[in-house]
Amino acid sequence: MNSLSESAVTALRLIVSLDPTLIAIVLRSLAVSACACLLACSVGLVLGAWLGVGRFRGRGFVLTLLNTLLALPSVVVGLLLYLLLSRSGPLGFLGWLFSFKAMVLAQAVLVLPIVMALTRQTVEDVERSHGEQLRSLGAGTLIRSLLLAWDERFAMITIIITAFGRAVSEVGAVMVVGGNIDGYTRVMTTAIALETSKGDLPLAVALGIVLLAVVLVLNCLLSLVRRWRERRDAGGAGRPHPVWSGTT
Amino acid sequence: MTPLISLPTHTLFELSGADVYYGQVCALHQANLKIAAGECVALVGANGSGKSTLLRVLHGLLKPSSGTARCLSRRRQAMVFQRPYMLRTSVQNNVALGPWLRGTRWRVAKARALDALARVEMQGLAQRNAKALSGGQQQRVALAQAWALQPDVLLLDEPTANLDPHAKREVETLMQEFARHHEGRAMTMVFSSHNLGQVKRLASRVIYLEHGRILADLPVDQFFDGPLPEEAHLFVKGERI
Repeated sequence: MNSLSESAVTALRLIVSLDPTLIAIVLRSLAVSACACLLACSVGLVLGAWLGVGRFRGRGFVLTLLNTLLALPSVVVGLLLYLLLSRSGPLGFLGWLFSFKAMVLAQAVLVLPIVMALTRQTVEDVERSHGEQLRSLGAGTLIRSLLLAWDERFAMITIIITAFGRAVSEVGAVMVVGGNIDGYTRVMTTAIALETSKGDLPLAVALGIVLLAVVLVLNCLLSLVRRWRERRDAGGAGRPHPVWSGTT
Repeated sequence: MTPLISLPTHTLFELSGADVYYGQVCALHQANLKIAAGECVALVGANGSGKSTLLRVLHGLLKPSSGTARCLSRRRQAMVFQRPYMLRTSVQNNVALGPWLRGTRWRVAKARALDALARVEMQGLAQRNAKALSGGQQQRVALAQAWALQPDVLLLDEPTANLDPHAKREVETLMQEFARHHEGRAMTMVFSSHNLGQVKRLASRVIYLEHGRILADLPVDQFFDGPLPEEAHLFVKGERI
């Protein structure tokens, strides 16, 4: 208990004093996850929306595969990418192993099924109730999927934030393909694992606090998006009309 | 004033022996039907009788499981749905979307949208978020959406259901206006309705459906005053809803 409180105090001191090691790790973490999200979302939102609207032979199999990939263990992704990116692997010529790019790729692969599956479900629900009207106006499959995804943009923002949350808290894959190299590929989660195993609890706790703070900020953003959406949809109807009560 | 209905000249829709199945359920059974240019046809019948399915077949949104359906190109048709879907953007953008999807340049489509909104007296709300409009206003925007497509045929699926009496009257007036003033000739209109008063006021011909079958297809005066099959007669008397 004593060591926990001491660690917490030291951790807070590290955070308040903006410890350069801590800040570097946090910034690297956020950069890796942001790039992974950008990559996964730019592909996943479009493909997911298209899957929500498109009807083709084998669609059921694709959806089952996609839903299976939601439970993809991160260390397995790490292992597969390690094999692909290692010097003797098919993508070894890229020289990406133990680099920032490898970590971005690993997180993007992990997050892509989440983005696709959530987008697919959202767009398919709207398509089922209203897609016919867009079809009636002359919208084909691709245009319809893009229009519906755009119309559900607040839900898309929620999906992006969820994806970022998943990416930033991931440890297995980035540990395997990043190598947790100090000052180069060390991110919050891998640093926490390492410092804990070394017994250097203050840095691990400080990073844990920052990680929790990031998740908290993401959750706040989610609820802000939800409120913003409600207010936008209410439009000008927010102002109440005067009501005659009969007792003036 | 131009008469509401001109004489039928040529056939726009022709269904012969058309069946539509949703899984095991038969929504339309052996439908035989011809609709000529200039007609204003009302589809009546209880819930689940096949009115909406028939409209969707006419519009080309549904293909018959068997039989044939020869329809006018969807490009020359517009359909207004019971619950219009408004995108989360301005009213003007919603109306401009249709012409844009059919190949009109966005700037031209937006100008055409303003004209169409003026037609339904909604130009003042052109920049409002369409999702924030009331049901009656959204239905008027849906009519403007249809008008902006400059169609020869207008299909309406219970356009005044779920509206209050005032909004109902407004939408009905617009439907009458549309039918009368379409490039100097009557627009062909097919609509489904539960409101027999509305059918009397607007339609030139009434088709009664029950369990997916067309049981009566008569001119409006004969439908209300002449002999009818038992089921249709009970429906008109209000004993079959």
